[in-house]
Amino acid sequence: MTDRVALHIDGKTVKVSCRASVASAIWIAGGFRRSVSGQPRGPLCGMGTCFECRATVDGGKHVRTCVLTCREGMDVRTDA
Amino acid sequence: MPEIVVIGAGPAGLSAAAAVRSHGQRVVLLDENPAAGGQIWRGERTAVAQGVETMFGTRALGIASAGMLLCETSESAVVLPFRKLVVATGARERFLPFPGWTLPGVFGAGGLQAMVKSGFPVDGKRVVVAGTGPLLLEVAEYLRSRGARIAIVAEQARWTSLIRFGLALRHAPSKMAQAARLAFSTLPRAGCWVTEVHGTEHVEAATLTDGRRTWREACDYVACGFHLVPNTEIAAVLGCHLEGGVVWTDDLHETSISGIYCAGEPCGIGGVDKSLIEGEIAGHAAAGRLPVARLFAKRARARRFAAALDAVTRLRPELARLAREDTIVCRCEDVPLSRIRECSDWRSAKLLTRCGMGPCQGRVCGSALESLFGWRPESVRPPVQPARAGTLAGLTGSA
Repeated sequence: MTDRVALHIDGKTVKVSCRASVASAIWIAGGFRRSVSGQPRGPLCGMGTCFECRATVDGGKHVRTCVLTCREGMDVRTDA
Repeated sequence: MPEIVVIGAGPAGLSAAAAVRSHGQRVVLLDENPAAGGQIWRGERTAVAQGVETMFGTRALGIASAGMLLCETSESAVVLPFRKLVVATGARERFLPFPGWTLPGVFGAGGLQAMVKSGFPVDGKRVVVAGTGPLLLEVAEYLRSRGARIAIVAEQARWTSLIRFGLALRHAPSKMAQAARLAFSTLPRAGCWVTEVHGTEHVEAATLTDGRRTWREACDYVACGFHLVPNTEIAAVLGCHLEGGVVWTDDLHETSISGIYCAGEPCGIGGVDKSLIEGEIAGHAAAGRLPVARLFAKRARARRFAAALDAVTRLRPELARLAREDTIVCRCEDVPLSRIRECSDWRSAKLLTRCGMGPCQGRVCGSALESLFGWRPESVRPPVQPARAGTLAGLTGSA
């Protein structure tokens, strides 16, 4: 039993607590998607309202990563 | 027999589900988050009353057909039969646009707290906490307990209104003690607000003002909370009547739609005590039982606190003038203020600029535009959140 999980964010492997949200892991890995006009963005609401933290997770598009808990081996793409 | 379904597992929903169970009836409690607790008890081990069936990671989208609720999980669509519904969808933070508010590192106050509770690191980081309401103090204290350095807690309300708020708490001694303890550990700076956040790829500093003097605080994060906005979208899409931006209910928390109840923040922002009491009343009523009289007296007290909270968090007019012409107002579609100014109402702003048409569906810019221009969205249509096409195939109409 370990309390850390490894996930892949834009091809980079990140280890975080198994209780961490995917949004926290993305922040630790280095950053989120850019806005429609190419500006840097990050999570705002932290509770699933603003969709700023959305990413592609295991092929599923527009997933709100702030309300998703990390699981071992998740594949996250921030360019969604 | 189909059961009573409670939407939202925060204080109101948990309390409603427990009340239903106390009469031995079946109840299903669903929430889009991975665990119970809502925003206020996020990350804490929150007890769900014994016998309550739970469906976490499940969001309600609308009515599939009569007596059937359409929901979605991360894997699939779920159609849930119900006899009665209790809507306990809570609230979200109000956001106001100001220059730099789209930079990574600007969060809602409750938003940053929620992020930290789910693994976001703040150890050694310098944070500006700004906005209005007692939540700011609670957030500042929490962030400090997790190693953050609080640069300032900027409360937009004047000292005079803070003192009036403090006096209004005399009817709620526990709240008064809590407020005193928080204010003692984190003295807020009253009559002061953030006017701009600086940085290129992320937050580097914030400019603050007290109306006379303007200064800069270097910081890593800005946590700004301009009080709360009730989540009324699901109630609205179910056809429930709204009045003054909140869900109308009778004394037993039944909405204008028979068999659909609503409790907590969607009925008017008032905090955890009001939500717990209203949830309990709604749960008993949904189970067809009359709540005991003392609950109504407790609710009246909680509503007095809500009124005091409402007065202290009223936003000063300067806050609606912070955005510049090039400041993004709709973050989903990157629509600047200058383009929205050309429009006469929400509808034309949506049609002409795509403001409010992105993934958040106006949940962020909607309350901002209400503060800036007094606009209110005209209607809510299903689904209340972006959903997969396969799920939408199950959506046939209204309640």
